[in-house]
Amino acid sequence: MSGKAPERWILEHRLVPEHRVLSLEEAIQILRRLGVKPWQLPQISINDPVVRLLGAKPGDIIEIRRKSPTGGVAIAYRLVVAFERRS
Amino acid sequence: MALKFEKFREPYVIESIKFGLLSPHEIRRMAKVSIMRSDIYEADGSPVVGGLRDPHLGAIEPGESCPVCGNTREECPGHFGRIELARPVILPHLGDIIHSMLQSTCRKCGRLLLPPDRISNLTRLYYKRLRDRWPRLAEVVVKSIIKEASETTECPHCGESQFKVRYIRPIIFYERRPEGEVRLTPLDIRDRLEKIPDEDAMLLGVDPKSARPEWAVLTVLPVPPLPVRPSITLETGLRAEDDLTHALAEIVRQNEKLKSFLSTNAPETMIEDAWLTLQHVVAAYIDNEFPNIYQLTHRRKRPLKTLAQRLKGKEGRLRGNLSGKRVNFSARTVVSPDPYISVNEVGVPVEIAKTLTVQVRVTPHNIEEVRRYVLNGPYKWPGATFVYKADQDRKIDLRYQKDYKKLAEELRPGDVVERHLIDGDIVLFNRQPTLHRMSIMGHIVRVMPGKTFRVNLLVCPPYNADFDGDEMNLHVPRLEEAQAEARELLLVEKHILTPRYGGPIIGGRQDYISGAYLLTIKTSLFTLEEVSRIVSRAEAKTSIPEPAILKPKPLWTGKQLVSMFLPQDLSFKGRAKISSGALKCDSEDCFNDSYIVIRKGRLLMGVMDKNAIGAEQPNNIPHVIALEHGENKARELFDTLFRAFIRVLEVKGLTIAYSDIEVPEEAMEEINRLTEEAKKEAEELIRQYREGVLEPIPGRTAEESLELKIIERLQKLRTDAGEVAIRYLKPSNDIFIMTRTGARGSDVNLTQMAAMLGQQTIRGRRIVRGFRTRPLSHFKLGELSPEARGFIRGNFRGGLKPTEVFFHAIAGREGLVDTAVKTSQSGYMQRRLINALQDLVVSYDGTVRDSWGNIVQFKYGEDGVDPKATYHGKPVDVKRVVEKVRGSGG
Repeated sequence: MSGKAPERWILEHRLVPEHRVLSLEEAIQILRRLGVKPWQLPQISINDPVVRLLGAKPGDIIEIRRKSPTGGVAIAYRLVVAFERRS
Repeated sequence: MALKFEKFREPYVIESIKFGLLSPHEIRRMAKVSIMRSDIYEADGSPVVGGLRDPHLGAIEPGESCPVCGNTREECPGHFGRIELARPVILPHLGDIIHSMLQSTCRKCGRLLLPPDRISNLTRLYYKRLRDRWPRLAEVVVKSIIKEASETTECPHCGESQFKVRYIRPIIFYERRPEGEVRLTPLDIRDRLEKIPDEDAMLLGVDPKSARPEWAVLTVLPVPPLPVRPSITLETGLRAEDDLTHALAEIVRQNEKLKSFLSTNAPETMIEDAWLTLQHVVAAYIDNEFPNIYQLTHRRKRPLKTLAQRLKGKEGRLRGNLSGKRVNFSARTVVSPDPYISVNEVGVPVEIAKTLTVQVRVTPHNIEEVRRYVLNGPYKWPGATFVYKADQDRKIDLRYQKDYKKLAEELRPGDVVERHLIDGDIVLFNRQPTLHRMSIMGHIVRVMPGKTFRVNLLVCPPYNADFDGDEMNLHVPRLEEAQAEARELLLVEKHILTPRYGGPIIGGRQDYISGAYLLTIKTSLFTLEEVSRIVSRAEAKTSIPEPAILKPKPLWTGKQLVSMFLPQDLSFKGRAKISSGALKCDSEDCFNDSYIVIRKGRLLMGVMDKNAIGAEQPNNIPHVIALEHGENKARELFDTLFRAFIRVLEVKGLTIAYSDIEVPEEAMEEINRLTEEAKKEAEELIRQYREGVLEPIPGRTAEESLELKIIERLQKLRTDAGEVAIRYLKPSNDIFIMTRTGARGSDVNLTQMAAMLGQQTIRGRRIVRGFRTRPLSHFKLGELSPEARGFIRGNFRGGLKPTEVFFHAIAGREGLVDTAVKTSQSGYMQRRLINALQDLVVSYDGTVRDSWGNIVQFKYGEDGVDPKATYHGKPVDVKRVVEKVRGSGG
């Protein structure tokens, strides 16, 4: 599932929300705040185009800030995983 | 109210459930008897030893003692037996797993077809870490391991070359060797699976402790104990065995046949055949609906209900007995309306009240009251059916007691009395389909004569009930804890607002709306007698105000009467439903009276209609009151003001007649003129189409464009005709009042009655089906005119032509079919959604989590707002706040 690298402009696309890889300290802080283990977070595939562009590794936590019709800006966290959950 | 003499067992807590395969060893260890005979009873009626009713399978006859455990039938749990299969049998349900295991392991040494270092790597680093933390990912890893291993052509361990295995569902396996395809028998398969080492099996996604690969090929079959498959004795004295017993008998029969073939050295083909049949029968015993097997049937007719059929489907063990159960202390009957009980009450027939009971513990405070119930006995309401004596560990059934008086005197604090349902009890009331939480609400009991449940009309919208024969269910919460919970959480007033869209779901419909309108229009003035009629039943707390008009006689306006019931500090502004067309009002400065202004609890201007009091109308008066004055205030409003609304109809009357849909001659002429015009235009379009000069709509063929254009034109004609007809109706016309206020009916309904039915369509097209080139033989071949394709010029008042009736029936049928299809489809979707979402919880930190604590949403709805507490989605209605601050002076 590798193939051609995604192009950088997709990060600028209006439908792609802002992604950011959290530092270890930030990640620990977030996990502590939510009181969860990493695998209890929603997941994102390492093959996701944005994740590939960010160069995140499995186990990294990604912060996604997206505009929400109800809540203004909604922040979500995704754990990067190596395998797709497709069965 | 657990009674101390009712023996309670400490409840077991199920921590986890593990599924696996039974090992042959375990099966043999459980089994108390080997079953070798397919007949069940001897000629004398005693069970066959070694048959499917062998006494060792458990004691079931009264008085029989079990030869295994020595218990009688009350205590004996039943014991397993076994069938030693003459040859192994594949479980077709595991066919795909067996297939992948065969393909990814060596055919000679049984090792996983991956290099040794890779295996140890995978085992150590990945699998051990993954399995417990990432079960879902472990599955994916397993898939990729299997895929990689099955593509290997040479064993990295012993060098043996590997072949593809072909699996023909349900039970046949072939190996593609260079010399040709060779059939793999279950014996061969079992041999190969046995050779797979435990460590390699783990990497194939199998836990060898609970399911060794070779256990997927049966060598011995467990026979369930008799209590699992009880026989029934018919009235004729004949015995009928359970379906499972029949299926097992068939297995034994085939097994013995195969055994005898083997021992007599029968030809190979006969053995093969018998073996295959045995496999089919065993598969059917487990799942009689498994694809491509021979179904077991009752004398060539009804298929047997085997193991899987007991569990599967709506009436299966899971959906029929575990997710849903039949319950006691419930009642069901027809519902009928009663506007004079409170919205949170339900009228319960005496007969039902005498059957449903609640336990009360006798205390010094209620002893006199409880004595009265006991004195009345079980047949006179309000009575009691049972008395539990605390000190004697005894339950007394009052049906078999004569001396109620003595019993009543002997009552002591601490006793418990099972008494009839009485006024003021709380019950749960439900109407199916239970689509949302408002489909089950708590109501206060009101015992009444009659045989139907009585419901306030205002709770019809949440239940979606009407009175054309609807039945509803009633359940009695019996523990004090349950009763308290129902009162706090389930009572009707707690559900005036729906969490679905932030608005009231309870509110007026039909007569309530017409009544409110007739009460509040400017022309309505009421004499003292009329005012008392309207207000008396509504139980107003304030006295009647000064009349608006003093001479020649005192008269009150409807708005004055409404104001009597509104909270003192209510302010409200909003557009009425009738605010459209000539009566449009956008602000307070408007004389059409279609803008509602309530200030300090006084209705200053505007009429009340659907927008002000209707059900499912967000930001209406009940909504604002429920949010700002509390749900109890809103309920009070429903019990007072709304009662006044229907009283108005009893004073003023509301009825419809033929004359209400009659329009004057000149209106008909105008409609005819419009029709002729439209027809000419349609003909012109048809002419253009025939000559090929019709301008096509982009992306459409000429024919489609013609159809669309004609439909558009004819639809416009109907609206125009309707407008003309409605324009000529008097404002006092009762049908007109109903459609305009939103009480019932629409402008289209009115148009169809008074002016014309217009174009009938199927799936948005004109009606074209029927004969080859025309819908009916009344028209010319290929005729394109409006009349020939379902245009109806007539109306319900004047009647329809035969062809028109037919076209109308076609379109009407489509509507019926649509509703039928839609309900079933949306019902199934709803079921799936609920099953997927039922365990999600908004936790205290605002996150949405599943039952494992996994996060689903980081903030509920991304804003953490409970829609129930909003103004139609908006947590704060800024305009209302400004209005409140500013308007406090005026």
